Amino acid sequence: MNSITQTIQLVPLNHYILLSTVLFCIRVLGVLICRNAIVIFMSVELMLNAVNLLLTAFSAFRGDTTGQVFVFFIMAVAAAEVAVGLAIIVMIYRNTRSIDVDLLNKLKW
Amino acid sequence: MIDLIWLIPLLPFIGFLINGLGGRYLPKSVVGIIGSATVLVSFVLSILVFFELGNSEVKSFTVQYFDWISAGSLQIPFSFLMDPLASVMLLVITGVGFLIHVYSIGYMHHDEGFARFFSYLNLFVFFMLLLVMGSNYPILFIGWEGVGLCSYLLIGFWFRNTDYNNAAKKAFVMNRIGDLGFLLGMFLIFQTFGSLNYADVFNKASFISEFNTPVSIAITLLLFVGATGKSAQIPLYTWLPDAMAGPTPVSALIHAATMVTAGIYMIARSNILYVLAPFSMDVVTIVGAATAIFAALIALTQNDIKKVLAYSTVSQLGYMFVALGIGSFSSGIFHLMTHAFFKALLFLGAGSVIHAMSNEQDIRNMGGLRKKLPVTFFVFLAGTLAIIGFPPFAGFFSKDEILAFAYTQNRAAFWVLALTSILTCLYMFRMFFLTFFGAFRGTVDQQKRLHESPAVMTIPLTILALFSAIGGFFGMSELFSEHHALKEFLSPVFSVSSAMHSLAVPSHSLEYAIIVAGFIVIAMLTFFTYARYARPGVVFPADGKPVPFFQRLSYNKFYVDELYDLLFTKPLNVLSGAFYHLVDVTGIDGVVNSFGKAAMWSSARLRLLQSGNIGFYIFAMVIGVVLIILYSFIG
Repeated sequence: MNSITQTIQLVPLNHYILLSTVLFCIRVLGVLICRNAIVIFMSVELMLNAVNLLLTAFSAFRGDTTGQVFVFFIMAVAAAEVAVGLAIIVMIYRNTRSIDVDLLNKLKW
Repeated sequence: MIDLIWLIPLLPFIGFLINGLGGRYLPKSVVGIIGSATVLVSFVLSILVFFELGNSEVKSFTVQYFDWISAGSLQIPFSFLMDPLASVMLLVITGVGFLIHVYSIGYMHHDEGFARFFSYLNLFVFFMLLLVMGSNYPILFIGWEGVGLCSYLLIGFWFRNTDYNNAAKKAFVMNRIGDLGFLLGMFLIFQTFGSLNYADVFNKASFISEFNTPVSIAITLLLFVGATGKSAQIPLYTWLPDAMAGPTPVSALIHAATMVTAGIYMIARSNILYVLAPFSMDVVTIVGAATAIFAALIALTQNDIKKVLAYSTVSQLGYMFVALGIGSFSSGIFHLMTHAFFKALLFLGAGSVIHAMSNEQDIRNMGGLRKKLPVTFFVFLAGTLAIIGFPPFAGFFSKDEILAFAYTQNRAAFWVLALTSILTCLYMFRMFFLTFFGAFRGTVDQQKRLHESPAVMTIPLTILALFSAIGGFFGMSELFSEHHALKEFLSPVFSVSSAMHSLAVPSHSLEYAIIVAGFIVIAMLTFFTYARYARPGVVFPADGKPVPFFQRLSYNKFYVDELYDLLFTKPLNVLSGAFYHLVDVTGIDGVVNSFGKAAMWSSARLRLLQSGNIGFYIFAMVIGVVLIILYSFIG
């Protein structure tokens, strides 16, 4: 185990943080801009992954395993969310014959 | 017997309840009998009380019933005071009231509001009795307000006519203005003397040795303002001529015999307070004299038989106020008594004439009625002779007494009153001759229906005529007899004030001079007016022809109503309109409406957020998260 930790610690912490942040921001933009429902969904998953990465990096550098345990929780939640979300996307497709979210604007004033 | 005086006001009240609540189920005769019988029993009780007072040594009884108001230092028990003044007033009210009730049975017989009329009459008598029997100012005030209310109800009795309603409103509002003065006077009395009971106030007042203190002047002037409203003196008299809109028995009861005398009674009751403020007494004299002559001038040219009598009432009330103002309180009460007799007689007689003429009230359309209405003619003659002061009718004694005392106390008032007597003679004879002499000037229809009134109306008239004839003998001055019965009877009430205020007794030669001069003047005026008005060919100025300035001034009541309209009514209406538009509509409604408008406007803006665009929703979520993070770093 220590070798894995030492290997991880070879890369400076700043790089991990930067990578995670950039990934997160790009995916946020993806959620906001894209019209494809599956792309939005993928962006959400990748946001979660960015956070996972950050948590693991911190736990490796601090030697505290709390971060890794948290990552497990996040993964479980992400899996559940995938199940529900894909079901919703299937229903969207069945009702509007496409996966463009701009078509879902009937609930307005 | 004194223990039973609570019955005296209670019986008319019961009559009011029975007739008011059950009147529509009872036949008219029963209603009339109940209404009159209650007053009759009160009258009998009043006579018994009168005799008991006459025989007893103690002249003043206070009977307490219960503690009405007790709030800190303000203790007002509900108690009645029975003393000579109250007893005289009781006799006048119940006696004349009973006769008017009987008369009304005949006069109002065809009216559908018969029961309502009698219930109002009984209520009025109840309040008036409360007024004179109270032993403190608040109970007097209950009666004061109550008779104002009843006069409103009775003047506007035929309520389907808007003009009559306006007259009733005018009477009530002007009374209210006077009541404000009365209330302020009562407050001052309480503040100065610490109590509102007559006994306490007058007791404390008799120890005040200084005359014309500002407090006493203020109290008496404020009470007098109340009296001017109730008893129709300048400036609050204009309601009384308009009040002739009510049925004639109402005019007789309220505006001749009872309600308008409430002010006189109140001042006579507070005689000690007035004697302590000679300045106020001068004010009372001046206002009384001015009103007397002013009203007499107006009465000279009026053509409505009831309006002449109304202005005559105002004028005679001026006489009574002069009597009070110069300090001769018992003369004022004496004139009140005789005036009640002959003025009620004149009004009821006028009612008889109006009834005979099928509700015609304009004397220009009457004439020569003495052949068709003999009884009415005789009683009206008796009333006219009484009011002008023809010996030995009642008015002669009371008027000449006032004139004699005025000569010694206030010479200017004497000349004004003498002039007013001449005018009284003039306008009364004018009305009398135009109505009963000469040729008939009405329509053929009216002439066919001329009939003498039924006995139920003529008997009270005759009784009143009898009292007008002999009523003067209650108060003969020293010229004729040793006892001035009324003055002696009333002397305990005015004893303290007569000690403080010396009243110069007029000499015998003066009284003779007044009597002789009066007689000559009356004789001259009789001939003059007979020649002018009692001829068949009397002509009236046509409507529209230019009339002399003074005649127009007098006919239009000196434009006082128009003046009040300009000074008070129009500015108040303008102010009210301004408040309505500025404050109510723009201000308050604006503020309340603006809340609603703000809610609608903000909701109209906020709903645009719900665009249905999912991308926008997610964007909003992201913004929110960013803001929270920023807030947790900064805040």
